Order: sequence, then structure tokens, then C-alpha cells
Amino acid sequence: MPVSPKQARTLKHRSWVAFLVLPPIVFMSLFVVYPILSAFAYAFYEWRGLARGEFIGLANFRDVLFGATMAPVVWNAFLNNVQALIALMIIQNGGGFLLAWLLYKEPFGFRFHRVAVFVPVVLSTIIVGFLWKLFLNPNFGLVNQALLSVGLGAFARPWLGDPSTALGALILANAWHFIGFPTLVYLAGMQRIPSEIIEAARLDGTSEWQLLKSIIWPLVAPSTTILFTLLFIGAFNWFEIPYVMAGLDGSPFGNTDVLGLVFYRTAFGNQSASIQNFGEGSALATLIFLFIVVFASMLTLWLRRREIQF
Amino acid sequence: MSTAPASSRPISFAFLVQIVLIANSFIMLYPVVVMIFSAFKSTAEIFEHPFAIPNFTQVQNFARVLGETSMPTYFMNSIVVTGTSIVLIIVLGTMAGYAIARYESRTNTFILLFFLAGLMLPLKLAVIPLFILLRDLSLLDSRWSLIVTYTAIGLPSAVFIMAGFLRSLPAELEDAARIDGASEPRIMWSVMLPLALPPMAIAAIQNAVPIWNDFFFPLVFIQTDAYKTLPQGLTTFMGEYTTDWGMLFAGLTIAAAPITLLYIALSRQFIQGMTAGAVK
Repeated sequence: MPVSPKQARTLKHRSWVAFLVLPPIVFMSLFVVYPILSAFAYAFYEWRGLARGEFIGLANFRDVLFGATMAPVVWNAFLNNVQALIALMIIQNGGGFLLAWLLYKEPFGFRFHRVAVFVPVVLSTIIVGFLWKLFLNPNFGLVNQALLSVGLGAFARPWLGDPSTALGALILANAWHFIGFPTLVYLAGMQRIPSEIIEAARLDGTSEWQLLKSIIWPLVAPSTTILFTLLFIGAFNWFEIPYVMAGLDGSPFGNTDVLGLVFYRTAFGNQSASIQNFGEGSALATLIFLFIVVFASMLTLWLRRREIQF
Repeated sequence: MSTAPASSRPISFAFLVQIVLIANSFIMLYPVVVMIFSAFKSTAEIFEHPFAIPNFTQVQNFARVLGETSMPTYFMNSIVVTGTSIVLIIVLGTMAGYAIARYESRTNTFILLFFLAGLMLPLKLAVIPLFILLRDLSLLDSRWSLIVTYTAIGLPSAVFIMAGFLRSLPAELEDAARIDGASEPRIMWSVMLPLALPPMAIAAIQNAVPIWNDFFFPLVFIQTDAYKTLPQGLTTFMGEYTTDWGMLFAGLTIAAAPITLLYIALSRQFIQGMTAGAVK
């Protein structure tokens, strides 16, 4: 059948557009959509090593949530994730907000401080984890050495070996690594507030504290929404810092165990005793995923309502 | 912001701001400085004088890290994996972004939503099926396993950045070229893309830092030492030299050096790129 010039043009046009969109779509379908859909399906099967066995319904989920071996480990890890989330909300996001406010005033040297606070953010978590592990070494670590040298040797302790300080040490290392991120996101949010609003408030004699609490904090609500949601997702995906600083088993005695470590141990096993359970691993991944999606959406919707248009 | 009347604001407040900021920058930078200093010391010196300034001509630790460990291999792998992933992300992201932004189509919204879903879903939690898929494709335990994974993770954000920018370009540019008889590929390549280099740079930086630093996917996918990237290789290295602290700090310093130097040189672009997702 002969093709009219117009049809030829649209055919040519269509194949050009298809050439542009199909490779990215195929790539995404193969390496994102298919794995994610399979992740849900895998959780309903029994697995023997890398081979898929029988369809067993919700048995994997039951083992993860209520089974005698898995459940105590999972719930312990979950509570550690929650502790990390709460502590990081205060230290990392709260601290970031205060630092942003100080930088917003553009005091002497603020350009330097802005660059400095972001230096740890660009470093690999593995570098940060090892660095702080060396600094927190009980005998030769910088932290205990510093305490000794200023006469506070009584406070020196094996930070990562002591059950009462281990999780806190990981949280502080994480805050050191990432506090620059909320700081600079909040700073950008503050710089977008129209200067007339701030000046009007100043003319009315508003105190610095009032300004911060009643004007700046509500007006940076969009930054808060994004930062709190990202931290929520990050806290329940927490893996590298605990893995490097405390090890795969969340030592001491599971005090630093988090869901990310439990997932890795379940799915890919200890390197020494390579026991793999893809079924329970998939079930745990599915549960973490659903938990994050449901609560992160609720959190986002709730935080969005605070946002004011200006 | 120094609009407040100077008289009402005691000097001590400005002083307090300075104290807090200097203290914070000290806390942020001092650990990095100690890391670099310690890399020039022997283990005995680190234990005895942890705070002392070293003799910077003592570079034995660095020489040993580069000469007798696999660090240079890890380094090259990181460069190859990050570089290839970024090229693929930018090429595929620009293709999809261009089609969405410049050609009217009923399917555009669907395509955009498709990539939006990819932006929201953490691929980390689909690592088991990804592991099996890569094994079936015989990509497991190779650099390609990482490259395709990172491209899949980075592609949605690149599509959004590119589509957002390309949409803002005026239609007159294209129309003028079309009247001159230029083909669609030629318009894209010679007229539109030369204008789109800044958003490409943003998309590249935004993805390069997390890819360069990633540890989780190599941990799961790579066994062979020759294919390990820097963060994963670092865990092998740290395990081998546990008691040789001079070596450990030299290894950490070498691993941290490229990205830190690049950041210091391009801090504005880094900050813009890395916060691009959270700052509108």
C-alpha cells in the first residue's frame, strides 16, 4: 500500500518519538518495575537457596511477624529504628534548622561555614563509619584520648561496646554525616521568604525568638515536609552506619540491630554461615516497604497541611 | 540580615552566633583533619600523639596503600561504574525528557507518572528479585550489575530535571529550524541540547555522589575482588589492616580525597545538585 507524504511524515515522526521514549521505558520496566512486582510475589513462596518452591500463602509473613525465631529480632530492630528516627529528627533536622537560621543572618564568615557544614555530606557513609569507629576505639580512639587529656577520663568508655551508648554513638555519627543536608535545605527555604515579611516583623518590634517561632518556622514548612519525609524513609532503610560500626549482628547483643541488617542477614546470610532465606527476606522487605509507603504518605499529607502559600 | 537597629541588639548576640558557627565548623572539619594528619603517622605515633601535627614528608602509608593493596583497582572500578552510569542516566534521561517536553502526546502524562513511580520506590527493597534477574542475565558479580542498577535508580530524577528544563525553552527555536528544513533529530541535537547543558550537570552531580558512595548494591552483587568499588573495597582493606592504623587512615584519606577535592572546587554546584530534589 502506497503511503501518502503526510502519513510518511507522521510515521517517521512517530518512530522518532518511539526511538526516544522506548529505550528508557524498557530499561525502567526491566530493572525497576519487574523487580519490585516480583519482590511482592516472592514473599508468598517457599525458597530453597536460589530456587523457588511451593506457594505457601502468608506463611513467610507469619514467621517474620510472629515466628519464635524471627519475630523477637524483627521487633527489637524495629524499635531501634524508631529510636534512631526520633533522635535524628531532633538532632539532625532540629539542629539543621537552628544552624540554617544562624547562617540566614549572614554573619561574618557565613560562606565558609556553609561550605564546611556540607563537607561530611559528600563523604561515603563507609568512610564516615570507619572514621568514627576508629575515633571511638576504647584504648586509642580520639574521643577517649581527648577526654583523658582534659581530665574527664572517668567518662571514657568503650562507646561501641557498651549497650547503653552503642546506638547513641551510631546516631551521632549519622548526624555528623548528614546535618549539612537539612541545614542547607532549610537555608534555601528561609532565603525564599520575602524580605518584606521579615522587615515588617522587625519594625513591629518582634523579638528574635518570636520571629523564629511564629514567622520563619511556619514559612519554611515546605522544607520541613521534605526533610521529615526523607528522614523517615532513611531511618527505616538505615544500613551502612550500623553495618560498618557495629557489624552485621548489631552488636552488642542486638542493641544496634536495625531492620536493614535483619533483612540482609535473612536474605543473604552471614558470610560465615551462608544461610539464605529469600522467602522470609522478601516478606520482611515487603513489610518494610508497605510500612514506609503508608506512614510516609500520611506524614507527607499531614505536613503538607501546615504549608502556607505566600 | 543586619536590618535590626544595632542599639537594640547587644553585641553579645552576634558573638554567640559566631561561637556556635565556629564550634560547628570545627566539629565538621576536625575529624577530617585528624584523618589526614594520622595518614602521615606511624601507628605508634597515632597512639602516642593523636593530636600532634605530623611530618608531612612521611608518605610511606600512602605509598604502601597504592603499591601493595587493591586500592588502585577499587578506584578504577568506581570511576568506570560511576562514569558509565552517569552517561547512561543522562542519555536515557534526556531522550525521555525531550520526548515528554517537546512532543504533544496523549501518553505523555502516563510516561511521566511511570517515571514518577520509579522516583518514589526504593529499589533497595527489591534487591532479591534484582539479584535473581542479574544472575539470569549473567550480569551478577560484574561491573555491569552495578551500572544497570544505578542507571535504573538515577533515571527518573534525570527525566524530571530534563523534562522540566526542556519544557521551558521557547517553541520559536524549534519552529525556526523546522522552517529551515532541519530534521527532528537535527533540531534536538544542534538547536535544543546545546542549551540543556546546565540541567545535565545538575542531574549528573545529583546522581554521581550517591553512586560513587554506594555500598549496599556492591555488597550484594560483587564477590570478586577485581570488580569491587571503593566503598566495598574499603571494607576488605579495613579488615586486612585492622591493627595498622597508619595504613587505615591513609586508606580512608585516599578514598575520601577525590570527592572532597571536587566538592571544595565546585561547592556551589555540589550543593545545588545534591539538594536539587528537596529545594524547589
